[in-house]
Amino acid sequence: MSATVDRTNIPTKADTDLWLRMYRQMLRIRKFEDHVNDLYTRALMPGLAHLYIGEEAIAVGVCEALRADDYITSTHRGHGHCLAKGADVSLMFAELLGKEAGYCKGKGGSMHIADPATGNLGANAIVGGSTGIATGAAFSAKRLGTGQVAVCFFGDGALGQGLLYEVMNMAALWKLPVIYVCENNLYNEYTHMSEATAGNIELRGPAFGVPAETIDGQDVRLVYRTMQRLVDRARKGEGPSMLFCNTYRFHGHHVGDVAREYYRSKQEEALWKTERDPVTLMFKALISEGIADQGALEKIQSEVETEMEAAAKFGVDAPYPSSDKVDQDIYA
Amino acid sequence: MPEAATAVREITLAEAVREALAEELRRDPKVFICGEDIAEAGHPFKVLTGLVQEFGPERVLDTPISEPGFTGLAVGAAMTGMRPVVDIMFGDFIGLTMDQMVNQAAKIHYMSGGKWRCPMVMRTTLGATRRSAAQHSQSLHAWMCHVPGLKVVLPSTPYDAKGLLKSAIRDENPVVFFEDKMMYRLKGPVPAEEYTIPLGVADVKRVGEDITIVATSSMVQIALGAAKLLDEYDISAEVIDPRTLWPLDEKTLIDSAKKTSRVIVMDEGYGRYGVTAELASVIAEGAFFNLEAPVKRLGAMHVPIPFSPPLEDATVPTEKTVFDAARALCGK
Repeated sequence: MSATVDRTNIPTKADTDLWLRMYRQMLRIRKFEDHVNDLYTRALMPGLAHLYIGEEAIAVGVCEALRADDYITSTHRGHGHCLAKGADVSLMFAELLGKEAGYCKGKGGSMHIADPATGNLGANAIVGGSTGIATGAAFSAKRLGTGQVAVCFFGDGALGQGLLYEVMNMAALWKLPVIYVCENNLYNEYTHMSEATAGNIELRGPAFGVPAETIDGQDVRLVYRTMQRLVDRARKGEGPSMLFCNTYRFHGHHVGDVAREYYRSKQEEALWKTERDPVTLMFKALISEGIADQGALEKIQSEVETEMEAAAKFGVDAPYPSSDKVDQDIYA
Repeated sequence: MPEAATAVREITLAEAVREALAEELRRDPKVFICGEDIAEAGHPFKVLTGLVQEFGPERVLDTPISEPGFTGLAVGAAMTGMRPVVDIMFGDFIGLTMDQMVNQAAKIHYMSGGKWRCPMVMRTTLGATRRSAAQHSQSLHAWMCHVPGLKVVLPSTPYDAKGLLKSAIRDENPVVFFEDKMMYRLKGPVPAEEYTIPLGVADVKRVGEDITIVATSSMVQIALGAAKLLDEYDISAEVIDPRTLWPLDEKTLIDSAKKTSRVIVMDEGYGRYGVTAELASVIAEGAFFNLEAPVKRLGAMHVPIPFSPPLEDATVPTEKTVFDAARALCGK
């Protein structure tokens, strides 16, 4: 991001409000995940936690370009998508902690948060498993003439799954309003993507007639502007597209994946954290472009911290479901 | 509900399936069918002939040969307002769709705490003796019965096929509907007027006193044939068709077993870890103190279905097999 303000294109109040909102949203994801990490390491959270820290600009840039009723499908690393699409963080914490008040009454947990009210078709713990669902949601939107679009979030690991290519083929054939957003954080779990992924990944879209592009996934405004274009295209009936966002997972595959040097170096991690942190990049840009001063941004930080502390406390204090709920909700 | 016995019109099982689909397509604009070669081709078994002419290619949708892909698309479409009926040409191909059925369709309602629904039907086939060898002849419905969240339907007559399929399409859950490919030309009485058959209600196909034969799908006609032969030996056989394997009408099975005290269970799937094992267990637990003999199971031999006619014929129960088993159980 250039520090020079482009005088031919001075941002409007609406622009700057949006950028501040995007900063706040990224920060909310960051702080949410910090609390998840804390809850997990204090043994208050059962199961697995796959943190989104480092990738915040993608969820926020993408979801800010969507309507409230547009659909998303998410992944095992899905807290960021869920929050960016409008979820209530108190209900998210409650779900992560297996509580009755959670989004899924505690039955889904970290990897399965779903919320019809915000168009969230669900996080999915099968890598690539939601690509069909997102494409089917786009199919419904087209058939029912609702003007909605569907965004399918997936990671570089899902590039190995055949389902993605089957549904892209159909999305292209039937010009479905779906955008396949690949968050390329370079690692398929504990394996560098280069060891598992042949060829040029960006060409996988055009092979089906689906336009694809690759952008810096750490630049929230770039993600947003690119998505606006792809969403507009989908809404106009021009069909699916594919977006590769280059990013990095600051933590391990899951909390507890601490000894990581066998698959990536500490130097590489340090470089991304110091040079490519999407929250810091936006912080610096907002100041250098004169959109906000340090005090205003620190105020946002403090508000977000207060919000997350209260939400985490809500989750911790909320009761577990009674055991008679175990066989409810199997059939509608 | 009109009883089959009062209807005069006779149609084939294929026609009954087609009528059910046509009526539901007419009734609800959100219903659509998708699968391979189902439109102009009308499916290789010609079950769907004429539907595309009435409903058009958008509602009778030819898909690529991508079973996982179009099943996944159907899951997403079902969650977002459509009512898909997926056509899987041969039951052997359900293996390709298992992640979408088992991990997605079956789970989304529960994982989301009851928030999302997946009202879809998968129609597919079972049944050997068509000389189609090991990858086009299996009866794999037990796989689907093993998964909470799915319902499994196995009609044995044109009347049941029509009434059950209409209920399956109107159900709010994923339903897998297995049709015996060898029974498509079987004729039976089907009223012209509207009717449905609820899922979870067994049907007494023949009333008897001495032995109960619980039979599914293709095995019902075999059981009825054997029952006629048994009459000549003064063995009065009752034939019960569960019609749906989940939900399962345990009471009708157990009541019949208590009445006759001798039971054969037969199903064209593999016996080992299969449907007959489950049905025998339900009966043994529910009617143990009324039984005069162990429950006898008859199913497909535990071999891949062979091509050569004499070999293939040896793999499935026949009227003679049932006849011999019943006489042995009755000591006559």
